[in-house]
Amino acid sequence: MTTAAPARPGAASAPRRPSRSTARSRRGHNARASALTVLTWAIGIVFVSPALWLVLTAFKQESDAATSPPTLFFQPTLDRFRAVLDAGFLPYLGNSVIATIVSTALVLVLGVPAAYALSIRPVKRTQDALFFFISTKMLPVVAVVVPLYVAAAEIAMLDNVWTLVVLYTAMNLPIAVWMLRSFFLEVPKGVIEAARMEGAGLARVLWSVMLPIMAPGVAATALICMIFSWNEFFFAVNLTAAQAATVPVFMVGFITSEGLFLAQLSAAATLASLPIVIVGWIAQRQLVRGLSMGAVK
Amino acid sequence: MSAAAPPVRRRSPKAVERAEGWSRRAPLLPALAFMLVVTQLPFLFTVYYSLQSWNLLRPDSRSFVWLANYAAVFTDAQFLTAALNTVLVTASCVLVAMVLGIALAMLLDRRFLGRGVVRTLLITPFLILPVATALLWKNIMFDPVFGLIGFLLTPFGLGDLDWVSQYPVVSVVTALVWQWTPFMMLLVLAGLQSQGRDVIEAGQVDGAGRWQMFVSVTLPHLRRYIELGVLLGSIYVVNTFDTIYMMTQGGPGTASANLPFYIYQRTFLGFDIGQSAAMGVVVVVGTIIVAMLALRLIFRSFMSVQEGNQ
Repeated sequence: MTTAAPARPGAASAPRRPSRSTARSRRGHNARASALTVLTWAIGIVFVSPALWLVLTAFKQESDAATSPPTLFFQPTLDRFRAVLDAGFLPYLGNSVIATIVSTALVLVLGVPAAYALSIRPVKRTQDALFFFISTKMLPVVAVVVPLYVAAAEIAMLDNVWTLVVLYTAMNLPIAVWMLRSFFLEVPKGVIEAARMEGAGLARVLWSVMLPIMAPGVAATALICMIFSWNEFFFAVNLTAAQAATVPVFMVGFITSEGLFLAQLSAAATLASLPIVIVGWIAQRQLVRGLSMGAVK
Repeated sequence: MSAAAPPVRRRSPKAVERAEGWSRRAPLLPALAFMLVVTQLPFLFTVYYSLQSWNLLRPDSRSFVWLANYAAVFTDAQFLTAALNTVLVTASCVLVAMVLGIALAMLLDRRFLGRGVVRTLLITPFLILPVATALLWKNIMFDPVFGLIGFLLTPFGLGDLDWVSQYPVVSVVTALVWQWTPFMMLLVLAGLQSQGRDVIEAGQVDGAGRWQMFVSVTLPHLRRYIELGVLLGSIYVVNTFDTIYMMTQGGPGTASANLPFYIYQRTFLGFDIGQSAAMGVVVVVGTIIVAMLALRLIFRSFMSVQEGNQ
């Protein structure tokens, strides 16, 4: 933002208007600005209102949730959250936590060295490798799910959380490589050269020279991978059952709950989303970078 | 050989270069190998299965039928409906989300009280579990009896419209647009903020109107970011499964099934491995054809945005 391109001649030294009209136009400008601020706030609240309504409903009794017209004022209760926990939510949560954390760790273990290799001396092969990684994101999951299902069944890995760990790692690795590479490109070349001159091996360079500089970037990458793993549904619903099902699969139980368990549905949805909403709020500046695989800062 | 070797080991420059090349490439190999095994290998098996008649419910009937599955795919009316729905859902979701995203980004691209809070609010739909988003829209927003949308539309006589069963595709697209608009907004916002202030100020001094400024200065600058948003959005949205699974189950009938959902049905409800593998291959070939141009474009805009930021 601050690295504005070299100013165009004339732009910086543009003649200023006489001060009296500036004062008047500033007052008009201020009114306009406040109106725009109010409008922006209003649009923001309207846009997010379904989510706000969801959270509100989570604190209702079922009798307050399913009313027509909708109820805005009610006696808030935590009963529905309790009901969700009683319905066996925690094992799903445990599976989600394992699948998310372990796959993210694996992505970093595989992705950091790969991104490092792709960030030094760009050559034709580098382009090919980057191209390969991005092309795997274009491969529709439906095209590989059949053999994956058959293979998992064959080696008795169906309904196993480690199957999800492997698949989520593959799902996030291309994003992570692209994103991490864009962070590596920002590290001054001199730093790496100097470390190499002193005879530091790859592991040393990565661990004690690059990682301290890269820490925020690595953290951002990890957060993005966590969001994707947590939200993943296709593999989770097709390759797991009672043992390894994750939080999104828990939500399947509410598909037919029209008007019946609206409050409990809302409580479950709130609990299921909360970890990632918080992670996403923290990582919001890096969100675009992750989703665009490092292309946009 | 060793007797003739000089006492000091000296390798030819070429060998040194090759060794160095390998040491530079080595850190890449584990990731590359992992991706090959987990994504490319299964795809080869998909191709292999697609040439067989194989239904898990009749395990003994497995046999090679070569291209019969492919012939069946192209004469399958439901497959064609699903393909059409995929295009429809993806295109409308990406376009609407992009237009809304640009509008929201323009609103956020100025200093005002609580800007960070509003931005945080606006990105939240993107962070909510997509499965939960689908249920939220289906059961809490669109429900014909208790839904908020129905309540708000009662004065217009649309109070008890059953959106999800009467307009399943519109309902699905609505939920998807809500989910993807924040992404487009963030992307466009990044583009706006990379725009030099001096250009804007110069335009203002020149007396250009707001709309004129937007069309002649801002939009051209945003082009790369919009391109990137459309391409990335398409990559993600084309694979949508969770929203359709939770909201409509592809129904009523197959009215709102897209390709991922239809292939899922054939695989996991019909257990027709050969047939669904053939569909998978057709989808990949179709994607490659569509992406041939797009992929080049993606690569270019990826590289150019990345390079442009350095």
